[in-house]
Amino acid sequence: MVNESDVEGIAKLADISISKEELGAFTSQFNDILEYFDILDQVPPGEEGIPDLENVLREDVVTPSLSQEEATANAGETEDGFIRAPKVM
Amino acid sequence: MEGGYIFDEKDRHNAFISTLDLALFETTGGPLEGRAVAVKDNISTAGMPTTCASRILEGYVPPYDAHVITLLREAGAAIVGKTNMDEFGMGTTTENSAFGPTTNPVDPTRVPGGSSGGSAAAVASGMVDMALGSDTGGSIRCPAAFCGVVGLKPTFGRVSRYGLIAYSNSLEQIGPLGKTVMDVNTLMSVIAGPDARDSTTYDRPYSHTPDPDMKGLRIAVPKEYFGEGVDPAVAARVQDAIATLEGLGAETVDCSIPSMEYALAAYYVTCTSEASSNLARFDGVRYGPKVETIRSWHDEYRTHRGDLFGREVQRRILLGTFALSAGYYGKYYAKAQVARENVRKDFVRVLRDADVIAGPTMPSIAFRLGEKSDPLSMYLADILTVPANLAGVPAISVPCGTVDKLPVGLQIIGPHFGDERIVDVAFAFEQEVA
Repeated sequence: MVNESDVEGIAKLADISISKEELGAFTSQFNDILEYFDILDQVPPGEEGIPDLENVLREDVVTPSLSQEEATANAGETEDGFIRAPKVM
Repeated sequence: MEGGYIFDEKDRHNAFISTLDLALFETTGGPLEGRAVAVKDNISTAGMPTTCASRILEGYVPPYDAHVITLLREAGAAIVGKTNMDEFGMGTTTENSAFGPTTNPVDPTRVPGGSSGGSAAAVASGMVDMALGSDTGGSIRCPAAFCGVVGLKPTFGRVSRYGLIAYSNSLEQIGPLGKTVMDVNTLMSVIAGPDARDSTTYDRPYSHTPDPDMKGLRIAVPKEYFGEGVDPAVAARVQDAIATLEGLGAETVDCSIPSMEYALAAYYVTCTSEASSNLARFDGVRYGPKVETIRSWHDEYRTHRGDLFGREVQRRILLGTFALSAGYYGKYYAKAQVARENVRKDFVRVLRDADVIAGPTMPSIAFRLGEKSDPLSMYLADILTVPANLAGVPAISVPCGTVDKLPVGLQIIGPHFGDERIVDVAFAFEQEVA
């Protein structure tokens, strides 16, 4: 079971603001879904991960790619060819 | 040489988010030359808006084509527009769209299914013959079943996901929807094949002529596909369809997929976990409505995502964040991966003794608009489609009659890279009942 303050904490981790009014409904839906997920406790123990897989790594080779202009074309704000972002600190 | 396809169809079902009045195509002599194709709005198209039916991507115009779009253009297709969908592919009804719900062309009081509901409705209403969708847990097969068209989820890795805006990478595949199995076959032959930009693709191109000969075909019928929660009237239609295949020379064997019990929970833990990671990129900095750069990063970011993501998307990101958080990882994510491996093993086991598996695509006919207001009850509707995604095997839905005048889908599931075989079975059935 999770409570409203747990959901608020998760929302903070996920960088999503949830209004106080919506928090109750979210929490109750969350609990219904998590209760359903509890069925996973009955999964017979098995080996974790998937066997018989191999890496498909390739050489890191430069190929034609987007120009700086194309890559920044959708950005909200640019400066000298760079994307402006909110301050982190 | 270039041609132009004039697209002047009336969109009565809100199947499209954006359309082109004149869709240009190359006269390449390819198999789709001059044919109109609709594309789900989570597949990147250079120069055409691509929104994933989300406000958070409003105004985004990709600077590049998805690999499948490059292939469509090389095949001469006229891409006439981008279809409506559940936001970021999250939903089973196409009601979770920032651009309003799509309605079912068979009965506009009903949903078309989701999340590729716009693509299915565009085909079912006759606006186009074929369309691309994406299928994470049934998002091509569900709307195909509800709208009475054909939809194929290819084997994982058979079609490049480069340019598909990612929601759950380990589950989703781009695939074709069409009015007929032949159209789906043609579209599949264009989009399948390797792509150096998607390291999960295999070098297994698709070049196939459907063969309706069913003599000696072994069809496994899992009891779980006809169990609790499946509408008996839907089950009866599908049993009739399987009997039709038997009449063509196929034989049926009963089987069980015990891992089905955990499949839905394993699916939702996996897809929400992957979504929580994939959707972290939507921050209003590189694309979409811009953020203010005055406030600090997290303050701005939280408000932006809180305002512009729809409720279902927020719910799934939060569930995934929770499932992956320290202390709960072992309880949810790790167990889901064990359950997923069990599903894969069950499919491999059953398909060792049989050529294909058959059952209903959806446990019911199309819901009424607004009927599934509780998220968990909507999730439960995906029970028959998600196992194929967990296992990575191909699956097709082909119309097999109606219940209360609404379409029912027969689902045929094959072994890994058995896409050709399930198309054969769907083709044989379609030819027989035509």
